[in-house]
Parts: sequence; C-alpha cells; structure tokens
Amino acid sequence: MFTALSRIIRYGLLGFWRNGWLSTATISIILIALFVFESLIIFQILTQTALDAIQNKIDISVYFKSDAPEDEILKIKQVLSGLEEVKSVEYVSKDQALEAFQSRHKDDEAITESLKELEENPLLASLDIKAQDPKKYAAIAEYLDKSSFKDRFQKVSYTQNAVVIERLSKVIDTAEKGGVTLIVVLALLAVLVTFNTIRLAIYSSREEIGIMRLVGASNTFIRGPYLVEGIIYGAIGAFLSVLFALPIIYITSPYIKIFIPEMNLWSYFLNRIFFIFLYQLLFGVTLGIISSAIAVRKYLKI
Amino acid sequence: MIIFQNVSKIYQNNSHTMVALDDASFTINPKEFVSLVGKSGAGKSTIIKLLIGEEKPSKGRIVFGSYDVNKLKLKELPFLRRHIGVIFQDFRLLSNKNAYENVAFALEMAGRPQSDIEEFVPQALELVGLKNKATNFPRELSGGEKQRVAIARAMINHPDVIVADEPTGNLDPANTWEIIRLLLEINKLGTTIILATHNKDIINQLGSRVISLDNGKIIRDEEKGKYILT
Ligand SMILES: Nc1ncnc2c1ncn2[C@@H]1O[C@H](COP(=O)(O)OP(=O)(O)OP(=O)(O)O)[C@@H](O)[C@H]1O
Ligand SMILES: [Mg+2]
Repeated sequence: MFTALSRIIRYGLLGFWRNGWLSTATISIILIALFVFESLIIFQILTQTALDAIQNKIDISVYFKSDAPEDEILKIKQVLSGLEEVKSVEYVSKDQALEAFQSRHKDDEAITESLKELEENPLLASLDIKAQDPKKYAAIAEYLDKSSFKDRFQKVSYTQNAVVIERLSKVIDTAEKGGVTLIVVLALLAVLVTFNTIRLAIYSSREEIGIMRLVGASNTFIRGPYLVEGIIYGAIGAFLSVLFALPIIYITSPYIKIFIPEMNLWSYFLNRIFFIFLYQLLFGVTLGIISSAIAVRKYLKI
Repeated sequence: MIIFQNVSKIYQNNSHTMVALDDASFTINPKEFVSLVGKSGAGKSTIIKLLIGEEKPSKGRIVFGSYDVNKLKLKELPFLRRHIGVIFQDFRLLSNKNAYENVAFALEMAGRPQSDIEEFVPQALELVGLKNKATNFPRELSGGEKQRVAIARAMINHPDVIVADEPTGNLDPANTWEIIRLLLEINKLGTTIILATHNKDIINQLGSRVISLDNGKIIRDEEKGKYILT
C-alpha cells in the first residue's frame, strides 16, 4: 500500500518534470483561471463595500415642529426603532442641530453673525431613520404619513428625495444581481478552460495509458500519477496567483481608495492573504484532480 | 491451459467488414511451446489481442486458466494480464519512461518490493544485452533495442505464459537466435510460450507444435510442425 502510494507520487512528479513544456502550459492556464477567480472575489468585496457605503448615506429625516416636546419625540423614536424595516433611528436635538450647523459654517462670517442676532434656535429637532434595506424607505415613509403623531411633523425629507432614493435602491439591486451572474459565468468559463487544458494534456498520454492497461496495471496505479500531476498544477497555480496579485493590488489600492474611501484593499488583502491562498489552493487542487480523473477515465476502458 | 472455442473476430468499420479470425478452436496446455504461423494479415496478432482481452470476440469463448476472458470486467482484466507477458509486435513501450523504468514498471504495478526491482531489472537488461542503455528513452533506442526492452519487460514478472508476436522481426540473425534460445530456456523452466512469426528457419529448426493460419482460418495444427504456406 505504502509502496504503491510512493510509486504513484514518484511517477506523478516524474511525469510533471519530464513533460516540462506541457506542465508549464497547463499551469499557465490554471493560473489564468485562478486569477479570474481571485479577481471575482476581490470585485465582489469591492462592490459590496461600495454599495454598503452608499446605503449608509441614504436616510429619512423627520423634522419636528418646534413646539414638539422632547419626551414625545423620544417616544416616537422608540416606536420607530421597533419597526421591522428600520435599522436605526438617531435623535438629533435642536441644540445638536445648531451645533452641527455652526461647525459646518464656522468659516462663513455672515451666517455666524446672523445666527448670533437670533434670539431663538431656528433649527428643528429631527429623527434620522435608516432602513434595513433601501427598498424599504417607501414603506417607512408611508408608515410615517399614516401615523397618529403625524401632526407633530414639520416635514419628512423622503418626500423630497423619494426619486433619488428609489433610483439608488434600484441601482444597488441590479449591481448585486449582475455581480453574482457575472461571477457565476466567469467562474464557469474558467473551470471549463482549465478542464479542457488538462484533458488535452492527458490526451497526449492516451497511448501510454492503454499500454499500461495491456501489461496489467490496475486503474488506481495508472490514474494515480495523473491525479498527482493535477494536484501539482493546482498548487503551483494557486501559489502563483496569490504571488502575482500582490504587486497588482499594491499599485491599484490607492486608486480604489479614491472611489471607495472606506476600502484599503492592500491591507485588506494582506490581512487575509493566508485565507485567500487556502481558498485558491482548494479551488485549484480540486479543479486539477477532478479534471484529471475525468480525462483519464476515458482511456482506461481497454 | 488456454482454450479457444469456435472463436470468430469480425472487424467492422463503416461499410467495411473484415473477418480476422474465423471459427478458430484450439487448446494450449501448460508448458507447451506453440508457434502461430501464417501470411501477413492471417490473424496471428488478432488471436493475441483476444487472449489478453484487448479485443472482444464476435463469437465464441476464450478461457485462460480459471478466467473466462470475455466475461471479465474492466477491473478484473489486470489480473488476467499479469499472468501473460506479451512481447508486442509494435513493442508498446512507455515513451515517457526509459528502458530501466519500462522493465521495472511490470514489477511495480504488481506491487513487488523495491529490493526485487533493484535486483531483477538490471539482470533482465543484462540478459537482453541492454545494460548500457538502461537510461535511454524508447525514442533513443533502435528497433531491435526496443524489441529487447519489450522482451525483458514480458519476462521479468515470471508470467505463466509469454506471448511473443514476431519478437525477432527487427533483429539480426545472431540476436534472433539468442532470443529464441532464451525463449526455449524459459520454456524449459515451465513457462508456456506462444510465438507468432513469419520466420521459416525458426519454425523448421524448433520442431515443436505449429498452428497455421490462413485468412483467419486454422488450416493446420501439428505436433511437430513445419512452416508450410499454401
Ligand atoms: N482494428 C482493426 N480494424 C479493422 N481490421 C483490422 C483491425 N485489426 C486488424 N484488422 C485486420 O484483421 C486481419 C488480421 O490482422 P492481424 O493483425 O491479426 O494479422 P497478422 O497475422 O498479425 O499479420 P502480420 O503478420 O502482418 O502481423 C488483417 O487483415 C487486418 O487488416
Ligand atoms: Mg501481427
């Protein structure tokens, strides 16, 4: 058993080494497939981060009439927080609103001056509501419109921004669906190309496989070395795909930060490099073994 | 014991049908030395292919010892084949392995220990006069050298039967007789030998059983045969 295994491994390594050119070509193809796979993972992470960032910027603000008592506003906040569609509700009091307004306009002399002349705080208290899902804003707005405490509201920001929010939520939805479709299609393509390459490599050994059968070798003994070669292809491909990704990510990371400030791709990648490698290894080796096994099967029927 | 019982083989491709073996029946007992003779295309190699299950008969039954050859599953065929060492007419060496590895392969696949390989493979190569070509790949060997590697591979596992399909076709007279003497030697030790050949001198010299084929039919089966072409 152990002798057979060590022979299989030795023949696998030997075959890999002796068919150097073919092995190199096969690894190149697997490398490309794994690269596609890797890019898809990164692309998915980037779009998800970008979409999350956009979603975080959408909210509905309810402004209360200046005579609305604070404890009532807080009660309404309680009620709203309890709603299924609502992710968070933040209370901004009149004073906080004024502070925020002042700090935003502290370089503007005219505004600062005119504020000082007012005796009363002109700003309104508000509740900033974020939904679990951008599609839910319409429902929340409707709920507010029908609620018993509606006459306390001065205005609801959604009514003004409804069109923009709806459009954004549609964009986010399409981007997520499209991303998944793209990933599935490209990953499938990568798998097919790899499978065909390995099949071609083994096609060139079909006569040898037949001869081994005719002199009495068992299928396990014949198949083994090709599976070992498949494993080597996958492992080297995985290693190179991570190695080659490093400089590319290092270079593009600052540009990505311009578009998605929340994302530092370089440190994200470095922090997870071990898992990404394991992921690629698993994918590459599985692909190599399965492709080899299927390709050899055909020639064992003699 | 090898039994062919009314065996026919008909090759069929597209519109073309070719009767390669026509209702052949014979029995070969253990330790026999049997020659298969006949013109090119008479069906000698076909008999060998049927015996090792490389081709399926269109009709008839083939028995090898306890194996019913055409009933064997793909998984079981290796066990039959390990009892038969074949020297193929077209050598069939593994092109990715050198001479040493080609011979060693027959022992390795049978699960023999490394010590056996290190002992027997050089011996076998020495016997066929290829000790100094051990690391040559088939593409680096002459026709006769390839043939001798094939011979070494067929013998090394001490199979019950050695089938030699025109094993001297690429050899000079001196080497030819060397190989025939080797086969006789192995036969004396108890191995059945089946020799397919065109070589009239060899047959006449051997004076052992000869099965003559013509157009896929067995036309003669004589205990002390001569090479006669009709
Ligand atoms: N795969 C095949 N398809 C069709 N016809 C075949 C096939 N293999 C062999 N034949 C035909 O079967 C006949 C017998 O072939 P076989 O190889 O047994 O001849 P042989 O006696 O070994 O000849 P030689 O002495 O030239 O080796 C030949 O006419 C050959 O053309
Ligand atoms: Mg022949």
